[in-house]
Amino acid sequence: MADRTVKLSIFRGDPGGGDMVTYEVPTQEGMVVLDAVLWVQSHRAPDLAVRWNCKAAKCGSCSAEIDGFPRLMCKSPIDEYGDEISVRPMHTFPLIRDLVTDVSWNYEVNKRIQPFTPSEADLADPQPWRMQQEDVDRVIEFRKCIECFLCQDVCHVLRSHGQKDAFFGPRFMIRIASLEMHPKDAADRRPLLRGEAGVGMCNITKCCTEVCPEHIHITDNGIIPMKERMADLYFDPLRFVAGKLMRGRE
Amino acid sequence: MSVAQAARPPRPAGLQNPYSRLPDWFYPANVVFWLGLFSLYGILVTFFDFTPAHFGPYLSPFDSPEVAGRVLPPALWVVWVPFGFRLTCYYYRKAYFRGFLWHPRSCAATEPARGTYWGETRFWIFNNLHRFAMYVTVVQLAILWLDMVNSFWYRGHIHFGLGTALMLVNVVCLSAYTFGCHAFRHLVGGNRDCLSCYRLQYRLWKGVTVLNVNHTIWAWVSMFTVWATDLYIRLLSHGLIPHGLWS
Repeated sequence: MADRTVKLSIFRGDPGGGDMVTYEVPTQEGMVVLDAVLWVQSHRAPDLAVRWNCKAAKCGSCSAEIDGFPRLMCKSPIDEYGDEISVRPMHTFPLIRDLVTDVSWNYEVNKRIQPFTPSEADLADPQPWRMQQEDVDRVIEFRKCIECFLCQDVCHVLRSHGQKDAFFGPRFMIRIASLEMHPKDAADRRPLLRGEAGVGMCNITKCCTEVCPEHIHITDNGIIPMKERMADLYFDPLRFVAGKLMRGRE
Repeated sequence: MSVAQAARPPRPAGLQNPYSRLPDWFYPANVVFWLGLFSLYGILVTFFDFTPAHFGPYLSPFDSPEVAGRVLPPALWVVWVPFGFRLTCYYYRKAYFRGFLWHPRSCAATEPARGTYWGETRFWIFNNLHRFAMYVTVVQLAILWLDMVNSFWYRGHIHFGLGTALMLVNVVCLSAYTFGCHAFRHLVGGNRDCLSCYRLQYRLWKGVTVLNVNHTIWAWVSMFTVWATDLYIRLLSHGLIPHGLWS
């Protein structure tokens, strides 16, 4: 039985143009915004384009902007909103149609990050590698990422300034962090961080952390440690001198 | 602007953030008000008050360590240390970039049209020197702890007054803020790939992480304790409030 009716304004359009179209949707207890959108698709607009998959906040497909804020539609209860709700596609990525955007830029960025690279000694070791729980605990947080790209969408460097050529975005900062902090990884990605990954473009406004549906501390545990590691190499003359002295002694 | 972006209606203004449940103007307005007020107070005290806030056993954190000579206002010798530390602090970066510079004002808000955004790669690149500001702050913090201990002793007697309590609370809050700093967390162990290989560093890192989780709270609380401590001692030193709380 319907509890109340909400006016759901959904962006309808393609790269050529579009507008917000309002639908009246009967709601039920426990309903999420994705349910309402799918109700519209099945009862009012069968041509409505929407990307979704698991409806359990694990696949990262149904990212959208609900009342202007980036959220997963499947994790946004209708009860949290008023009688009028707007749903728009992610702003940062090129529109395909309606609520579907082209997020392929992210996959291209991912290819530019050096993958997990163990040392020669570890590769030659015939024994299974052992990793201590303390080390697992730190990097496992980054592995929770579901690649919904809400952090990329909300990051003002990409969203407002469109600087996709200067900054990889928060999602790939934590990917780099997960590799850099891995005890069995031997690669040094700090030149990448300062260079094309552009960690210096981040000004720590923490919006990525605010919108992350997996509650990953993207800024505090990922981006800031990466900034500090970059500072070790490029902005710390004391470490530079100490490193030279140590090498000289050896 | 691409055709795809042009096709989208603009974000509606003045909506509530579903994560914080607050209107999107709330955070930047608070930052501008409180940080602006404290900065104004700091400027007045630093540049226009040539009398050190020193009264009986109490010494203001703005004027500690006391520097002899009256060529420059006494606070001017000191305030560059906390100013540099807080300016480059990872939390305050969020606060002033959002509150004062609107980069961005709030998450997903439209930013005013300006020149090219460079982040912390040009003018703000000095923020990468946060660790050096922290080193100097640790030295100043040690001096503040000494001041606090000295405030328990006056004219050969043990003494405790409102000023002592304020100085005690202030150094505790400042210590929690300083030793919960992201740069400190990195230096004590976060820079290691293999935390389990360095047990002491791992424990230190875990301890600092406990403080770091609430770095925002400590940043604000310590700002207010500095403010309250200085205000009380400064008013006493100028004879603007009675001092019957201690003998």
